Amino acid sequence: MSVTLATPSFLRAGGRRRLSLGIGTVLLAALMLFSLFPGFFAPYDPIAFDYQHLSAPPSLAHWFGTDNFGRDMLSRVIWASRVDLEIALFCTLFPLIFGTIVGALIGFYGGWLDAVFGRLVDLVVTFPFLVIVIAIVAVLGPGLINMYIAVSAVGWVFYAKLMRADIQVQKHSDYAAAARVLGYDSARIIFRHLLPNAITPIIVYWMTDMALALLLGSSLGYLGLGAQPPTAEWGVIIADGKNFMSTAWWISGFPGIAIVLAGVGFSLVGDGIADLFRKRS
Amino acid sequence: MTSTARDPLLSVEDLRVSFGTAHGQLIAVDGVDFEVGPGEVLGIAGESGSGKSVTLRSILRLVRPPGHVSGKVIWRGRDLMTLSEPELRRVRGGEIAVIFQEPMTALNPVLTVGTQIRENLKEHTTLDAAGRQARAVELMDQVGIPAGKTRLEDYPHQFSGGMRQRAMIAIALASNPSLLLADEPTTALDVTIQDQILKLILRLRQELNMSVILVTHDLGVIAQTCDRLAVMYAGRVVETGRVAALFRQPRHAYTLGLLNSVPRADLVRQPLASIPGQPPSPTTMPPGCPFAPRCRFKVGPCDDAVPPLVEVAPDHRSACIRHQDVAGAGA
Repeated sequence: MSVTLATPSFLRAGGRRRLSLGIGTVLLAALMLFSLFPGFFAPYDPIAFDYQHLSAPPSLAHWFGTDNFGRDMLSRVIWASRVDLEIALFCTLFPLIFGTIVGALIGFYGGWLDAVFGRLVDLVVTFPFLVIVIAIVAVLGPGLINMYIAVSAVGWVFYAKLMRADIQVQKHSDYAAAARVLGYDSARIIFRHLLPNAITPIIVYWMTDMALALLLGSSLGYLGLGAQPPTAEWGVIIADGKNFMSTAWWISGFPGIAIVLAGVGFSLVGDGIADLFRKRS
Repeated sequence: MTSTARDPLLSVEDLRVSFGTAHGQLIAVDGVDFEVGPGEVLGIAGESGSGKSVTLRSILRLVRPPGHVSGKVIWRGRDLMTLSEPELRRVRGGEIAVIFQEPMTALNPVLTVGTQIRENLKEHTTLDAAGRQARAVELMDQVGIPAGKTRLEDYPHQFSGGMRQRAMIAIALASNPSLLLADEPTTALDVTIQDQILKLILRLRQELNMSVILVTHDLGVIAQTCDRLAVMYAGRVVETGRVAALFRQPRHAYTLGLLNSVPRADLVRQPLASIPGQPPSPTTMPPGCPFAPRCRFKVGPCDDAVPPLVEVAPDHRSACIRHQDVAGAGA
C-alpha cells in the first residue's frame, strides 16, 4: 500500500464518526431553533381552522398540506416541536440529576443502601417501562405534568444503576485513595473526584434517553394520556390523523418523520459524544 | 543521629492486619513494631505479599473492610487508630502525605495538576487564592518541573512518567507534611528517572525537614536513600537496624539471602544466589519461624515458636535464633 488515495475525511472511520455527530448536531440544532422560535418559522397559526382548505394535500401554500380542520400541517409540526423538546427535557432532567446523585452515593457507600436499591431495581425492571408509566398516569390522570411525574418516578432508577456501577469501579482507583490520604471528606471525594470521572456514560445515556422520552411522550400523546388536544404534539397529531391515513397521509406522515428525525438526532449526538470520550481514553 | 536519642515522630506498636476471606482468616501483618525519628528515612523492604504495603496503608487507616486492623500508631502523642474522622482528615495530607507507585492512576485525570495542588492547599492551609497560586508555582519549581506556571494548567495525561511522579509529589507535599509515606514510588519508572525521583525525595526531606517511610522491594533503592531499614517477611519485621550495619553484617538468614541475591559491582563476578522455595501462604503459616522452611541455617527449635525480635547489637534487632551464625556467615 505505497499509493495512498485521497479519501475524503468524512469517509474514513474517524471522519464517519465525526460526520454522524455533525448530522446529529444539525438535526438537534434545527429542532432547538424551531422550538425556540416557532412563530418565526411557522407560516400559519397552528390552531386556526380554514374551512376553505380541508385535508388539502401538500402544495406551495401549505408545504405539508392541511388537516381535516384546514389547519396548516407545517405550522402544527413546527409548534409541536416545542412541546416535544419540552417532553424530552422534562422527562429526563429529574432522573438525570436525582439518579446521578443517588447512584453516586449508593456506589460509594454500598452496604444496606445497595441491597435496598438492588431490590428496587429488580422491581422496576420486572415491569415493562411503558406499562408502569401508563399505570401511574392512569392513577394521576392524563396530561403532560402527570406524565413527567410518572416517567421521572421510574426513570431515575436507570441513571442511578449506571452511576452506581461506575462509582464502584472508580472508588477503588488510586486517585480515590490519593484523595482520601490528602484528607478530603467523602462528599468531596464523591462529587468532585469520582463523579466527573464517571459522568460520561451518564451523558451518553441521557442523550439516548431523551430520544426514548420523545417517543414515549408521542406514544402517550397518541394514547390520549400525554399532551391533550388542541395542543399540537407530534404523537397527538398522528393520533388525530390516523383515521385519514388512506385519504390524507400527510396529516400523520409529517409529524411521524419529525419524530424519527429528532430521535435520530439525539441518538447520533449521543453516539458521537461516546466516541469522542472513547478516543480520549 | 540514632532514633533512640530523640523521641520518635511516629511509632507503630503491635500492628496487625487481617482479612476475612472465604478460605479463613488471612493474616497480612502480624505484630509489626517500628519507629521513625524526625528527619529520618526508614526503608521497609520485603518481597510481594510480605505485608509492607498493607503496613504503610494501615498507618493512615486506608485498609477497608473486610480488612481488620489492630495495634497502635502513635503520631505526635496521639493514636491514629482511635482518632475521629475529622481529626484524622487533618492529619491526612496536612501532617502525613502519601505518594503511590503508579503516578498515572494516582492523579485525578479530569483535574489539572494546578487544581489538585490548590485543592490540597485550600484544605490544609490558611492561604488565600493568590497565596495558593503562588505556592503552587513555587512547588512546581521545587519538584523540578520546568515552566511550572504554565504546566499547572496541564492535565496529568499531558505529563511524562517522571514528570507525573514529580507532579504527584508536588500535590502530596503542598501543605508541608512532616512525614511522607512512599509506596514503591520509583517502581513504575525507568532507572534514570528512578534515580532523579529518589534524589528529589531526599532533597525535599532536607528542605522541608520531614521524615520518610519508603516501601520498596529494591535493596539498591534502600542502600541509596535510607537511614534505617526494616526487613519484612510473611507479615513480620524480621530484622531492623541502621542500613549500613545491616548491609555490612545481616543478622537474619532472610536478610542475608536477600543481599546475596542482589548483583554487586564491587565483588568478583559470581552466580547470584537465590533463596529456594516460596514464602508461606498467609492462610497457612508455619508454627515457628515463617522463614524456617526455606532457611539453610535452620535448626530444631526454629519450628517450635516464632522467634521474637530481639536486640542483637546496638540499634540492631533480629528475629533469628541463629543470628550469630548468620552474622559470621555474612562477614
